[in-house]
This record gives sequence, C-alpha cells and structure tokens, in this order.
Amino acid sequence: MTTRTTAAPAEAPHGVARLLAGMRDDGRPVGLQEHLGLHGPLVGGSGLIERVTASGLRGRGGGGFPTGTKLRAVADQRKRPFTVVNGTEGEPASRKDKALLRTVPHLVLDGALTAATAVGSREIIICIARSAARERAVLAAALAERRDKVHWRLASIPDGFVSGEETALLSALGGRAAKPTVKPPYPFERGLDNAPSLVQNAETLAHVALIARHGPGWFRSLGTETEPGTALVSLSGAVRRPGVYEIELGTPLQGLIAQAGGPSEQIDAYLVGGYFGGWTREADLRLTASSGLGAGVVVALPTATCALAETARIARYLANESAGQCGPCARGLAALAGGLEQLASGKYDDRSRLARWAQQVAGRGACHHPDGAARFVTSALATFAAETDTHLKHRRCRHRDRGVLRAAGA
Amino acid sequence: MSKLLRLDPIACDGHGLCAELFPERIRLDDWGFPIVDQRSIPPALEEHARRAVADCPKIALRLVTARTVPGER
Repeated sequence: MTTRTTAAPAEAPHGVARLLAGMRDDGRPVGLQEHLGLHGPLVGGSGLIERVTASGLRGRGGGGFPTGTKLRAVADQRKRPFTVVNGTEGEPASRKDKALLRTVPHLVLDGALTAATAVGSREIIICIARSAARERAVLAAALAERRDKVHWRLASIPDGFVSGEETALLSALGGRAAKPTVKPPYPFERGLDNAPSLVQNAETLAHVALIARHGPGWFRSLGTETEPGTALVSLSGAVRRPGVYEIELGTPLQGLIAQAGGPSEQIDAYLVGGYFGGWTREADLRLTASSGLGAGVVVALPTATCALAETARIARYLANESAGQCGPCARGLAALAGGLEQLASGKYDDRSRLARWAQQVAGRGACHHPDGAARFVTSALATFAAETDTHLKHRRCRHRDRGVLRAAGA
Repeated sequence: MSKLLRLDPIACDGHGLCAELFPERIRLDDWGFPIVDQRSIPPALEEHARRAVADCPKIALRLVTARTVPGER
C-alpha cells in the first residue's frame, strides 16, 4: 500500500459477497460516507498495474481479457489516454452491471479513478445505455458527492446489443453511429479522438477498486488458480429467486441454482454465457470464463417451454441487432434465424445448411457478433437435437414459447 | 517477412473479383462474400495476391506483413 490516510483501512470482505458486500437491503444506493466506512479509503494508484496483473483479474464484460495486460498496454502509449467505463450492458438477459451501478456506484467509480490514475488519464467517461434512467440519476448523485482530481463525464449510449462493443462505444462517444470499427487500430492504441483509450467493464473496475485496497493475495483467496476471484451472475428462468448473484469462480452450476432457492419447476437445460454462449445439461459444470460464463449470464430453461422456438426467436433478435456493416453477419445471421424458424415450426429440415452457415459466419465480422451468434445457434442444434427430430416428425411441439429468453431489456 | 491478406469486412461489398483472381486463397461464402485464408502467402503466390488487392473496387483487401498485436486479441 502506498498511501494511507488517517481513517483506518476497513477489513477486507471475508465471504463470497465482495462487490455486493455493502448492498443495502432497501435497494437504495450506498452513499460516499457509507461506502468509505465499509471499504476504507481508496489507496493510491502507484503499483496498481502490477497488483492487478498479479491478481489475475480478467475483464468481466465477456471478452475475459487479462485486465493488467490491458492497463499496461494503455499506460505504455505516448499520448494521454481516456478512461471509459463500460456500463452499457446491451445483453437483454444481463443486469449485473446496472445492479452494481445502481446499488454500489462508488465502488465502480473508485475502480475507474484508480485505473485512470495508473494509466495517466485526466478524463473518465462513464457510459450507460440511454434507457438506464435510474442508473444515470444514481451516478449523477454519486459524482456530486466526490471531489476527485479528474474530469468525470456521464454519457448516454443508444441502446442496442452491439453498441457496448468497445469500438462501437467509442464511435458513439465520437459522435458517430454506435457501430463497431475494424481493428487494428485497437482502442488501447487509438480510440476516442485518436487517443489511447482504456475501456473497462463496470464490474471489472469494481474488482480493481477492491484489489487496490486489499491486494492480489486477497483477490486470489477465492476462485480457481487460472480464474481467481468472484464474479457477478445474472440468473433468470426457472429458479425461485432470479436475480444478480456473486459467486466464487469455479462454483458448479447447481451451487448457483441452490443459491437462488432451487428450481421453480423442472429444468431442461441451462444457457451459460448469454446469447453469445452455449447450452448445457451438466449441472455440475464449473462456472468460469473458460467454461463459457462470458459476461455472467445464466438462464435456466424450463422443460415446459419450446426450446427451439425460444432459440429461433433469439437468433432473429441477434440478426436484427447486427450493425449490418459486414456482409457475412448481415446476411448470415438472418439466414440462421430463418433456418431455425423453419425447424421450430417443423416445416423444413435445414440442419445441414444451418451447420454450414454457422461455420461460415464465425470470425467474419469487424466485431465478435457473428461468432457469438453462430456459437449460440450451433450449441442449440447440438443440445436440442432430440427436440428437433420431434418437431420435424410431428410438425408441432407439446410446448409453446413462453418467452423465457428475453429478447429486449426490462 | 511473410505476407498476409487482410480483409476489411465493413468496406467489402462482396463483388467477388478477389476470389476469381486468387482462388488459391480466397473463396466465396453462400452470400458471395470472400472467405480469406489466413495462412501466410508463399512468394510464388504473391503476384496473384497483389492482383486481387489491386482489383478490389472497394479497396477492402490489403497485403500486410505479419505482425502480432500486443495487449489485445
């Protein structure tokens, strides 16, 4: 620890609830004084990059990139960088970043401040979706409480599945459409106003705020060797208490389900990693980024819904959310959605073409949108193979689409 | 230094000339957009690659020297 103020540093959180440790029962945001009482003063930025690197923290926005490496890459650029907090959370089934910003805003702001200081930024831009009115109000109030030596800016980004992709985010901040750009150049070398830009997910920064205070050893005391720490999970579907949970990385899926009060009805399969993720029926699957947790979305799909219709509806949503810039994504995702719709209605067996299309679109865009959508479709076809046979044979399904997979926010 | 073809998927409109000029490394997908082989290009094929690059009406194809990008993937 490099600096220490008169207030005694608060004890490091012991349990699995690290980020959510201070969450108030009434759901109101934790104010600055309460926050400092809970976590202690923010420790200075010197040595932060080394400590974050040693902690093994990986980005929690879905990419899973080592945070320390990104901080170093930005700090090593010659021009003064911008720091951008990504709180847009465009995935409809995800609500963990909004939950964090709404309940413990100062934890995210502390992380942004210490990261910005470490890389030499003087300006921090907090990005949230236009529809996130409550989060915007909470953040504005939280910023008014603080006296930091940086310039804070609160920006609203158009809602959309891809608008939170980091180059799309920077385009929107630069006054252009919220659509991805071709990489290289990467944001860490040339981003907003052609300056290096550190774009970090809100949850990632909240972890940084705690690593700055309690060190990499504390961070690594939970989680696995390769994926240390805790993670927030947005859990929805057939569980008694859907919501945002903080889990130790490596926790089995069934442990998460138990935390949420168990199944509310019979579960057929789990979607892990959201709409860029994959389906599984293994309840003992250990939840880590490498097992596909992505941005932390888990949906428990009940037996009593039509899995194919649900999947087809989300495939159509993903096709509609394509920025439409890259041919294979614009054309391919629409084709995939159409093929799934045919299967779900039992009209036409397009499985061989679906497999070829999924393979063709992966890796062919300026961003990872087509890759993620292809993974989602491929995994659904493998997991729901028996259901697909039934649909084609009987041209109908015992269940209707109950809309368990949400296609738009709220 | 080994050379690679890099496609700008946003600029590409799927004219398909590149696949005609350099079928050794470029084929078209079901919608007519080029699938570019990411292996490095041997010197014997470099002239074909250059023609594909030069004839792209959208200037979406480039021949670059292989490099690794630090800090990102």
